[in-house]
Amino acid sequence: MNIFEKMMSIDRRWVFLLLAVVVIGTYAVSFEIPIRVNSEVRNIYEFIDKLQPGEIVYLGVDYDPSNQAELHPMAYAVMEHCFRKKLKIIFCTLSQYGPGMVDGAIKDITDSMRVEKTYHGVTYPGRELVNGEDYVFLGYKAYFALQILAMGQNFRLPFPVDYYGRPLDERPMMKGVMNYKQVACVVALSGGNITEAWISYGQGRFNFPLALGTTGVMAADYYPYLNSGQVFGLMGGLLGAAQYEKLSDNPGPAIDGMRVQVFAHIVIIVFIIIGNIGYFTERRRRAKEGR
Amino acid sequence: MDFETFLWTTFAAFVTLAIFSFLYKDNPFYKFAEHLMVGTATGYFSVLLWHNNLYPNLFQKLADGVWWYLVPGFLGLLMWTRFSKKYSWVSRWPMALYIGISAGLAIPLEMSNRVIKQMHAMMSDVSWGSFFGSGIFDSQSGLSDLIILIGALAALAYFFFSKAHTGAFGGFAKFGIWVLMIGFGASFGYTVMARISLFIDRVQFLQKTWIYNAFDSSAAGYHSGYQVAFFVVVLAILAYIAREIWVHLRKPENIS
Repeated sequence: MNIFEKMMSIDRRWVFLLLAVVVIGTYAVSFEIPIRVNSEVRNIYEFIDKLQPGEIVYLGVDYDPSNQAELHPMAYAVMEHCFRKKLKIIFCTLSQYGPGMVDGAIKDITDSMRVEKTYHGVTYPGRELVNGEDYVFLGYKAYFALQILAMGQNFRLPFPVDYYGRPLDERPMMKGVMNYKQVACVVALSGGNITEAWISYGQGRFNFPLALGTTGVMAADYYPYLNSGQVFGLMGGLLGAAQYEKLSDNPGPAIDGMRVQVFAHIVIIVFIIIGNIGYFTERRRRAKEGR
Repeated sequence: MDFETFLWTTFAAFVTLAIFSFLYKDNPFYKFAEHLMVGTATGYFSVLLWHNNLYPNLFQKLADGVWWYLVPGFLGLLMWTRFSKKYSWVSRWPMALYIGISAGLAIPLEMSNRVIKQMHAMMSDVSWGSFFGSGIFDSQSGLSDLIILIGALAALAYFFFSKAHTGAFGGFAKFGIWVLMIGFGASFGYTVMARISLFIDRVQFLQKTWIYNAFDSSAAGYHSGYQVAFFVVVLAILAYIAREIWVHLRKPENIS
């Protein structure tokens, strides 16, 4: 086996090992990298930023723990932004493993909101979030497409009671809130085909402003919906979350992760180059030999 | 962090490392973690379906005297005939009803929102007024509109087989291949980022939630002695794995 054949057949475990060393090693060094904000993420931030206190945002936490790494930072950044602006949030999850994650996130944000914080030079005093007044967590129901359609008629159809077992009619925030018409926008964070359901059965049927947060794997597939105007904003993967964190002046795990991404990508690019050099050189050598 | 949380977090760290151990080779630790996840997820989902769907949507309704819910309940029961060779045909009735309703809901909405609106967007006017938008990479600029229009037509030309791919049309179709490759490349790039993100999340968990919080929840600084200890331990494990790989690769049967 010559060197070029070896370049094409490096044991994959060396790649994993080097990636692990680079990812863990990069964490040991603290430094900042510039993050350029795309218009699709800026649209979401500016839309929410312009809403008036008391307006309602529907936040769909429609993902499993397997997508938590990319989508949870988005959820936290949007929640913090909304609550600091004194907006109200309707939480819902159409993913079976979502309820625990939403409940945990609400507890975390409730703790965070008790602390005075400054974003973009504006100091927001700490306050106590009240369940039923500042937010409502509807819970989970199976068959996401049917639930999206049902909520378009009335949130009470699929969710007569919230996650904590209290009737929606008894929640002060839900007075006069029947369906998507009373919601300023829907931010759907999803790691699967629930995103498509939000476009077809939600926005397409009820015509509300829809913003998406997707995993990196899916992000490229949803840009056409931006162009068509069916979606007004899109956050793709950890990069999308980092951009939202940067816009809201609230650095979190996404920005923390992006500096590691840079070096991990360099490793992968180097291996791609090595593999390609090996492939093309070997192909040329074989062509010369007439094989 | 209390002792109970510490134990569970340590168990989560063990399971995380057990899953990653598959990258080296299949082993009993990975098998244990894999089966544990599948079993736990199935159990959790079953209980969730009972409490969130079956009980409130069927049994509670029947208890409230809404008897016509017996019909969907009966149709649901018919699905279980799939397990009988003799009566499995009966399950086609509820299946037919389910597929009929789904198709009725899906076809008009999917056609309108994922075909017609997409075609309309592709054929819309190019925004010449804001041709460059906020920059050359602005996805909502006129330039982007033009690229989408030409790119979509070229990609479609590549799949148009009623005309030979020669001359100008052949060149346009070849440009279509490039458009498709750029699209696949964008997806691949995002996929790499997604996979690395998952690994970063686990490293964050091991570092911040497990080691850092478990041993020193009062420390506020980012760099602590435990963090250094964490890196030393992880690097030692990685060095051991590297040595194992090296030994494996040096075996005569693996040297070609």
